[in-house]
Amino acid sequence: MDRLPSYKIASLGETALIIDFGNTIDESINKLVHSLFYQIQNDPIPGMIEAVPGYSSLTIYYDILFIRNILNKQTTAFEWVSESLKKFIPKENVETGDPQILIKVPVCYEIEFAPDLNFIASQNKISPGEVIYLHASSIYHIYMLGFLPGFAYMGMVDEKISSSRKQKPVFVEAGSIGIAGKQTGIYPFRSQGGWQIIGRTPLKLFDKEKINPVLFKAGDKVQFYSITKDEFEDIKSRNA
Amino acid sequence: MSLKILKAGMLDSIQDSGRLGYQQFGINPGGAMDKYAATIANILVGNNNNDAVIEMHFPAPAIFFEEPTMIALSGADFSANINGTPIPLNHAVIINKNTTLQFITPKNKSRCYLAVKGGVKISKWLNSYSTNLIAEAGGFSGRKLLKDDILELNSSTNTYKLQDTDDFKILPWGANEDFGIQFKEEFLVMLGSEWDWLDKLSQEKFLKNPFFISHNSDRMGYRLASEPLHSATKTELVSSAVNFGTIQLLPDGQLIILMADHQTTGGYPRLGNIIAAQLPILAQMKAGDKIQFKFTDHQAAENLILKQQQHLTQLEIACKLRLENYIHENYRY
Repeated sequence: MDRLPSYKIASLGETALIIDFGNTIDESINKLVHSLFYQIQNDPIPGMIEAVPGYSSLTIYYDILFIRNILNKQTTAFEWVSESLKKFIPKENVETGDPQILIKVPVCYEIEFAPDLNFIASQNKISPGEVIYLHASSIYHIYMLGFLPGFAYMGMVDEKISSSRKQKPVFVEAGSIGIAGKQTGIYPFRSQGGWQIIGRTPLKLFDKEKINPVLFKAGDKVQFYSITKDEFEDIKSRNA
Repeated sequence: MSLKILKAGMLDSIQDSGRLGYQQFGINPGGAMDKYAATIANILVGNNNNDAVIEMHFPAPAIFFEEPTMIALSGADFSANINGTPIPLNHAVIINKNTTLQFITPKNKSRCYLAVKGGVKISKWLNSYSTNLIAEAGGFSGRKLLKDDILELNSSTNTYKLQDTDDFKILPWGANEDFGIQFKEEFLVMLGSEWDWLDKLSQEKFLKNPFFISHNSDRMGYRLASEPLHSATKTELVSSAVNFGTIQLLPDGQLIILMADHQTTGGYPRLGNIIAAQLPILAQMKAGDKIQFKFTDHQAAENLILKQQQHLTQLEIACKLRLENYIHENYRY
């Protein structure tokens, strides 16, 4: 299909580097990141510690001591890892298959769980009901996990419900659904966060007893549906 | 064989060198804030570098040992004593049964590490002993240590034949923390992806102005206070991975440096990263301390971490040898 988007390799300190395809939320670029990520997972560069996919970037963490031991003194680990990565980067952007896993997530949008619903509504000059309708009517792609254990970054929300981040992070309850820009996501734990909160899910997004403690994975599809507070309490008590 | 927390400290947690390989699920590496000091404590008692240690802050805990054991402390000097008699940092100390380790005053630095010979007997979560406080997993029940907690120890044989009248015995060699580089308040920084987002004046301020570690600082990150810096662009950044030592620009113009319990990804502009060799020094700083930034490059940064690691390797070889000889000469069993 398309020509490969241009990229640059930047350092994230001397212990990690980023293959960056630009500051953009684009499903096809994100799928390219995932395909690169799985290739590198299956065929790791010697000295690689781990790789982390982002929206439009892949970050590689590496062991300087291990790599420098196998190199001459003039080459840095950064140069060596950068060079080793190039063989993984395809010449063109090949569309990969979609896993087509759809996870339906119940959300209570009632005001006590939605401290910023009115803010988003007034900022976008629509009613809170329209915000809820628009949020629950799209199927979202999970671009990446990050920030907190099990936190899935999804998108893109309708332009009419997009919102800027808060100036300063505040405490957010577990299960809170937030919007930042055109991203939407769920806080798995009570934590500090800067996203605008429009509802809460009773689902448990993280279970440390499980072999894979995280409910979502990058590439899954998610759809939200609205529930009442009684339904919220009911699901929550059954999941406890 | 066990130790018991008689009095809890402000934040005592089990840590190792971190939980690697799970950042793709949003699970952060965590681990000791000052990995250098944690490693020295382990080396002194002959443990593996990655064995579980107890990271302590001040107010620090009181810990009771029911059986003789070998311990080592490294990092912050909290005026440690055994049954009231001071013991030094950076030495292996054989302590007698029924003794209590306590800490009186914080003399310098922020975090002290306790290693016990053989390590603490706990199970790993996702391949690491480190406590993940947000996920309430790993370490001891996924939480900080509390009064009356009993931690089983791996070392089970009583090979330390102390006189009953002796509370402890300090082994006659110590670890030198200095690896040949003097750092003061100046921190070396690798250029970050969004450095160019700062306006010219803010770029100058970043390199010239002092930054003060604020009280709103913890294992997740250090918030800095200074003259605000300004982004020359209104662009919002899509989230991507961050690192221990990443310096981010917050929307109010202040900076945060991400520390051991940092989130795996973030969406604030990344101005730079503190080099790995200086993270242990940063990890020992306190609220109110002043720092300044200076740029460096890959070659210099990599050489410094190599030099630090070489020092630890030499220390490990020397300590192992001396410990083996000492045990061989003093305790035939």
